[in-house]
Amino acid sequence: MSRILFKQQFTEDVFLMRLHAPLIAEERQAGQFIILQTDDDFGERIPLTIADADTKEGSITIIFQVVGKTTKQLSTFSVDDELPALVGPLGTPTHIENFGRVVCVGGGIGVAPLHPIAQALKKAGNHVTIITGARTKDLLILENEMKAIADEFIVCTDDGSYGRKALVTAPLKELCEQTPKPDMVISIGPPVMMKFCSETTRPYQVFTQVSLNTIMVDGTGMCGGCRVNVGKEVKFVCVDGPEFDGHLVDFDNMINRLNSYKDIERHHYKCFVENAFKEQEVEA
Amino acid sequence: MSYIQPEQLAEQARSLLDEYLPKVSSLKVKERQKIPAQEMPTQDPIVRSANMEEVALGYSFEQAQLEAIRCLQCPKQNCIEGCPVKIDIPRFIHHIAQGEMEQAIAVLKETTLLPAVCGRVCPQEKQCQLHCTLGKALKDVDKSVAIGRLERFVADWERINGKTVIPAVKPATGKKVAVVGSGPAGLVVAADCRREGHHVTIFEAFHKLGGVLRYGIPEFRLPNDIIDNEIETLKAMGVEIKTNFVVGRTRKLIDLIEKDGYDAVFVGTGAGLPIFMGIEGENLVGVFSANEYLTRANLMKAFEKRADTPIYPSRKVMVLGGGNVAMDASRMAKRLGAGTVYVVYRRTENEMPARKEEVLHAKEEGVEFLFLQNARRVVGDSQGRVIGVECVRYELGEPDASGRRAPVLIPNSEFVMEVDTVIVAVGNGSNPLISQTTPQLAVNKRGNILVDETQKTSVDKIFAGGDIVLGAATVILAMGEGRRSAEGINRMLAEGE
Ligand SMILES: Cc1cc2nc3c(=O)[nH]c(=O)nc-3n(C[C@H](O)[C@H](O)[C@H](O)COP(=O)(O)OP(=O)(O)OC[C@H]3O[C@@H](n4cnc5c(N)ncnc54)[C@H](O)[C@@H]3O)c2cc1C
Ligand SMILES: Cc1cc2nc3c(=O)[nH]c(=O)nc-3n(C[C@H](O)[C@H](O)[C@H](O)COP(=O)(O)OP(=O)(O)OC[C@H]3O[C@@H](n4cnc5c(N)ncnc54)[C@H](O)[C@@H]3O)c2cc1C
Ligand code: SF4
Ligand code: SF4
Ligand code: FES
Repeated sequence: MSRILFKQQFTEDVFLMRLHAPLIAEERQAGQFIILQTDDDFGERIPLTIADADTKEGSITIIFQVVGKTTKQLSTFSVDDELPALVGPLGTPTHIENFGRVVCVGGGIGVAPLHPIAQALKKAGNHVTIITGARTKDLLILENEMKAIADEFIVCTDDGSYGRKALVTAPLKELCEQTPKPDMVISIGPPVMMKFCSETTRPYQVFTQVSLNTIMVDGTGMCGGCRVNVGKEVKFVCVDGPEFDGHLVDFDNMINRLNSYKDIERHHYKCFVENAFKEQEVEA
Repeated sequence: MSYIQPEQLAEQARSLLDEYLPKVSSLKVKERQKIPAQEMPTQDPIVRSANMEEVALGYSFEQAQLEAIRCLQCPKQNCIEGCPVKIDIPRFIHHIAQGEMEQAIAVLKETTLLPAVCGRVCPQEKQCQLHCTLGKALKDVDKSVAIGRLERFVADWERINGKTVIPAVKPATGKKVAVVGSGPAGLVVAADCRREGHHVTIFEAFHKLGGVLRYGIPEFRLPNDIIDNEIETLKAMGVEIKTNFVVGRTRKLIDLIEKDGYDAVFVGTGAGLPIFMGIEGENLVGVFSANEYLTRANLMKAFEKRADTPIYPSRKVMVLGGGNVAMDASRMAKRLGAGTVYVVYRRTENEMPARKEEVLHAKEEGVEFLFLQNARRVVGDSQGRVIGVECVRYELGEPDASGRRAPVLIPNSEFVMEVDTVIVAVGNGSNPLISQTTPQLAVNKRGNILVDETQKTSVDKIFAGGDIVLGAATVILAMGEGRRSAEGINRMLAEGE
């Protein structure tokens, strides 16, 4: 059980919540995630990155985008509601050291998991360039928080409604062409974005770390549902990751696997929204 | 064997019992041998392959009594030798024959915490029943006294009639025991340590307790009520339960002792690391480990409409492997609507490690077995979804080190089977989470935790048992190790006074 301490809506479908979870707050490190359920009998177990933590308050912060049934339902929870199941911190923490010049690329909701990593990299003495991108201005999140960390800050929107009208790969390519080129790139966002960031840096041989968001069930290495091809090896994202060398990840396979249940998930979402609508009508 | 209705089996037993009961005390061995072995009543195969309810329905009272009368009460009790926890088999069966159920359950409880579970899932034909004198005399292990079914009958009698006794708990000792993992090993340690008056906390990674009993073995073989009943008993004894707690992540193992003040820790985290075959196409969409498939179906209840966790919609399924896990996965796939389910096994039926009853049940439910074959490559379409499996054929060669005849590949025997789903059930390794986060804990090459004869690990105050020590084994062995660990812990805590 975990109580919701705070809730904020960022954009139409992006929400932030602070959850009471003192043990997780104490143990968590950048790059780790939790798994939660909105119902511990029939609910799905969904992974979400720990975007921040406050050991004094004993809380962790999650930032999530509504994409399906469970995230939709989560968005209907309010302050003081209890989440029936919350487990973590899971995954291997990000390896943080002073690499030198690091470029952090965050796309869409990926900015949320990027935030604690960028923070830790900055603290470790790196020169941190942050590129954030979104489809349009209204979908940008955590702009001020990221700006506060960055030595250099670049915003892109697909439609040019804010910042540069470009995909995040455009400024990334320019940075790779500069001397000195970056010592490392960290890219977190939709799988397609991470794929193209990796393709962008490959010719420049800039190590590119990605954070994979595969389908998960247990999050402890028991089911193998989260497996991905990394180079010649098969890795479990929940225990070996979620971070991997983007130049080795088989993104096409990963994207296919993410779509395993697309039709069923769409159906669940539709049913949930329709039911909620009906309940509202009854109440009214 | 054709299907016989449960009512008919009960009726047959009733009339035979009328015949035998009056002369039971004077029955000669020869006469006892003539009493027919009692068949387990089951749900009709056609009906049950579309539902999740338990397949084996359990003996009627008369069947149980009649089966109990078959026992010869041998002076040399071979059956006991075959039971890993040495249940006093003739004695509990004698009580059933006398109709004394309360005494029968008391005998079972001397040695086992989970008779309702073991009676259902033990590989009896390889353990107690293999050694039964009656089976030997009749030259057929299937004609041994049905010890497991009787054990189950007594345990069910206790539960259904609300006779479950909460074990007495000694006065509080002020000592704290942490139990990591709530599979059969952990549940036993929790009960045995709590009985001694220690404060016990179970830490479980999942949101529900029971380990493999909950997420692996399906409802149609082991109903959740039974696990729930055991857990209610533990709660009534005052065992504290913390679910959604991954030791090693939420808290380091060592910190349970150093920061949280536990005086002893038991690690019973199970085998949970799915082994894949390492063949081409194994990561295609539609290939699952049995762990994932069964967890979605059992723990996450994907078979129910209202569950949010999806399960892959399959029409033709291929299950790789020949153990209990493969049987459970194949029968589950049937129940989730697959029209065709193949089990592909490299050797023959004789070598299959699965319980005999499960193989029989799977066949009755329409699962097709392909022996002496194996998958070599999974074939996918342009969207990376499974459309078939390339298989190869084997023949049996010379016996290998284990005494089993090793399968030998037949050259150029490749052929493709059209399927849309592949479930890999070729075994489980040990989950490395605890050992990785506790470097001082000694493990072997396979990652199994090393223990001494009291189940103590290389680290003071830390004990371990069950699949994490044995490798993927059985419920009764895990339970046995739990018993021994609890003894070790209780002794250590008593000496520390
Ligand atoms: C390590 C990790 C960290 C993550 N961190 C965040 C985060 O900080 N914020 C955030 O908004 N999301 C995050 N995700 C993704 C998040 O878990 C999914 O969006 C969520 O599970 C969707 O659940 P749903 O029931 O709402 O949608 P569903 O109906 O389950 O799915 C809708 C769509 O989302 C995709 N999807 C389904 N399950 C998952 C899954 N487990 N992971 C990723 N995509 C999935 C599918 O492609 C599907 O088409 C993370 C995922 C992982 C693995
Ligand atoms: C599908 C299937 C069918 C089977 N059928 C049979 C059968 O018919 N007969 C038979 O005798 N045996 C059978 N077995 C084997 C049997 O279930 C196991 O041998 C037995 O359950 C092992 O018990 P255990 O207590 O060691 O571990 P498990 O039952 O594996 O339980 C371990 C528990 O620890 C939890 N855990 C793991 N890591 C952590 C952590 N870091 N922190 C907290 N909790 C953790 C897990 O979530 C789990 O709940 C089957 C196994 C499977 C998978
Ligand atoms: S616990 Fe298993 S082996 Fe022992 S008597 Fe019962 S069924 Fe037989
Ligand atoms: S060996 Fe068989 S017949 Fe003999 S006591 Fe044991 S169960 Fe009864
Ligand atoms: S989520 Fe099950 S192994 Fe990673």
